[in-house]
Amino acid sequence: MARNPSANREQFRPNDHPNDAFLLSTVVGSYPKPKWLNRADELVSDPDSKFDESDLAEAHDDACRLITHEHERSGLDTVVDGEMRRNEMVEFFADRIDGYEFNGPVKVWGHNYFDKPSVVEEVEYDEPWLVDEFEFTSNVAEKPVKVPITGPYTLGFWAFNEAYPSTEDLVYDLADLVNEEVEKLVEAGARYIQIDEPALATTPEDHAIVGEALERIVSGIDEEVRIGLHVCYGDYSRIYPEINDYPIDEFDVELCNGDFEQIPTFTDPEFEPDLALGVVDAHTAEIEPVEEIKANIRQGLRVVPPEKLTISPDCGLKLLPREIAYGKTENMVTAVREVEAEIDAGEIDLDNPLADD
Amino acid sequence: MTERVAATPGLYPLPDWAKETLSDLKGHQKGDLLSGDESEAIVEQYDEVRAEYVDDQLDAGLDLISEGQGRWDDMIAHPLTVHDGVETGGIVRYYDNNNFYRDPRVVDDLGFSGDVARELESARDLVAGGAADASLAATLPGPYSLAALATDEHYGDEAEFQAAIAEFLADEVEAFPAHDTLFLLEPSLVTEPPAEGDESTATDAIATVADATDADVVVQTYYGALGEKLYAHLVDEAGADALGLDLVAGDRDDTVYNVQEFGSTDSLSLGLVDGQNTLVEEAETIAERVEWFESQIPAEGFDRTYLTPNTELFYLPANKYREKLSALAAAAEVLE
Repeated sequence: MARNPSANREQFRPNDHPNDAFLLSTVVGSYPKPKWLNRADELVSDPDSKFDESDLAEAHDDACRLITHEHERSGLDTVVDGEMRRNEMVEFFADRIDGYEFNGPVKVWGHNYFDKPSVVEEVEYDEPWLVDEFEFTSNVAEKPVKVPITGPYTLGFWAFNEAYPSTEDLVYDLADLVNEEVEKLVEAGARYIQIDEPALATTPEDHAIVGEALERIVSGIDEEVRIGLHVCYGDYSRIYPEINDYPIDEFDVELCNGDFEQIPTFTDPEFEPDLALGVVDAHTAEIEPVEEIKANIRQGLRVVPPEKLTISPDCGLKLLPREIAYGKTENMVTAVREVEAEIDAGEIDLDNPLADD
Repeated sequence: MTERVAATPGLYPLPDWAKETLSDLKGHQKGDLLSGDESEAIVEQYDEVRAEYVDDQLDAGLDLISEGQGRWDDMIAHPLTVHDGVETGGIVRYYDNNNFYRDPRVVDDLGFSGDVARELESARDLVAGGAADASLAATLPGPYSLAALATDEHYGDEAEFQAAIAEFLADEVEAFPAHDTLFLLEPSLVTEPPAEGDESTATDAIATVADATDADVVVQTYYGALGEKLYAHLVDEAGADALGLDLVAGDRDDTVYNVQEFGSTDSLSLGLVDGQNTLVEEAETIAERVEWFESQIPAEGFDRTYLTPNTELFYLPANKYREKLSALAAAAEVLE
């Protein structure tokens, strides 16, 4: 069953929050890298360049500071460093987990490739994966920091499994490692963790495997820690209402891309975790106007009341031009604050949130 | 005495250098994928890729040499996505994989193309120049799978569409240079089999293509076991010299049951190494699988057993694809 989101949500309400209603605003995680950071990544592998690993580490720190502050400037209630240190969502973690090896890129489509790793022996926890980056970001941030982690189902199924009798077994071992990492992050002060499982959308029949993996991930994690699950680009009628049984505080989903056609799926039976709703499209390069985003936010009120609604972009924004990503985030926060004020003023009928008042 | 032949149905991963040069030359977007009238610079790159594929196979010691299909950006939908009578639509999922191809929307008559024949002519010259005792294997999608991967916006009737695709493929085959074997790849027979009663539409279409060549025809099915009724139809009606059976994915016992119950083609192609996993099988293990499978079958023996990967090999990193070729060739040696 769902965890207890009301036990951890209020800690993210800013002290100077202007409204009684509080729609928690956040982001999924990734954000466009400044062009100079991509150049820096290339420079460090150029043998003729004096630019070395310590210079790159400094560049990563600078970029994380920059994007964390960019998130704060947009007014978000919780921020991420934009995943400036990460290359790809599976590669980054496979690189840090013992048991994975890389053999080279494989085709996804056309000339788009992915360095799909192989699991060649039992996976084991070595050094912490994200504790350093969390500590850095929370030191430079004034707002609470959310930590996105690629989930064990995606880390298992988007790899070649050479070592385990079934990929399901691999997923459960990985879930135990994620649990260890979450414990360390919590020890370091993290209170908002998001598990990313995009692979679930392509194989919804495996929802029970993801559920069992989540049980392992949250084992021993105090309820003051908020655990979200992000899934994107799927047919949710195939995993709902099963996700009501997941031990999570929040389910984060992209529905703006599909014009909210799947909202009714989540209205019956009653939605149990908090809903984190994507209200700006991560794959269109136009900044949605505030009024349009406000209408999108009302879609979320069809599923949950305001005190259970979190607002985010559909997905990571890393493929957008940076100024578009910022514009979307800023307009999203403006829309959130205006909708909150309208709720306070009784201008939105919460039983029929799409109705004009 | 059964002849053991190490072969592949092709569709290899591009060498890493070509992944870079071709993505620089072509780009990463949907509109940048191959249309069949590529520039001279791109043609040269693919010529080098093809030569490398032939060398890889000769080095490994395969008995049949595939062109490798490096140009097939859209996997087995390629013969349609480069066709003049086809418009390419959105990017759609390729079976149950994390791979995507352009939806071929057939909007006009499917006349002769010659695209695949040109590739094979280049490959034939390379094989002939290779001095080894190896022959050329051609690869095409089977008509059932190609129809299933495409969208018909012209013919208007499912059976007519399958028949038109079969006629198109047969015309392409007639333009092929001499080849020892023709692989017709038919994964859709497993993943979305014809409705009961429609099996003959599919097998007639396959027979149309098979009849267009004097070469041995292997109808390679994969991503699991065939349904028993469809299996029986394929053995009797598809005009195949060999059915290709996936012994890696799905339930192997179902496949053994089919062969025991309904007999088989005179030759068989066995999908023995996993085309979708980097774990490289030992030659002895592969050889044992062949002997095990042959021992399950009441027949006296087959004309030929093809030792193949169960699927195409493009899912793998380039180093592992080469190791899989070597493992197949070594397994055939073990069985000699």
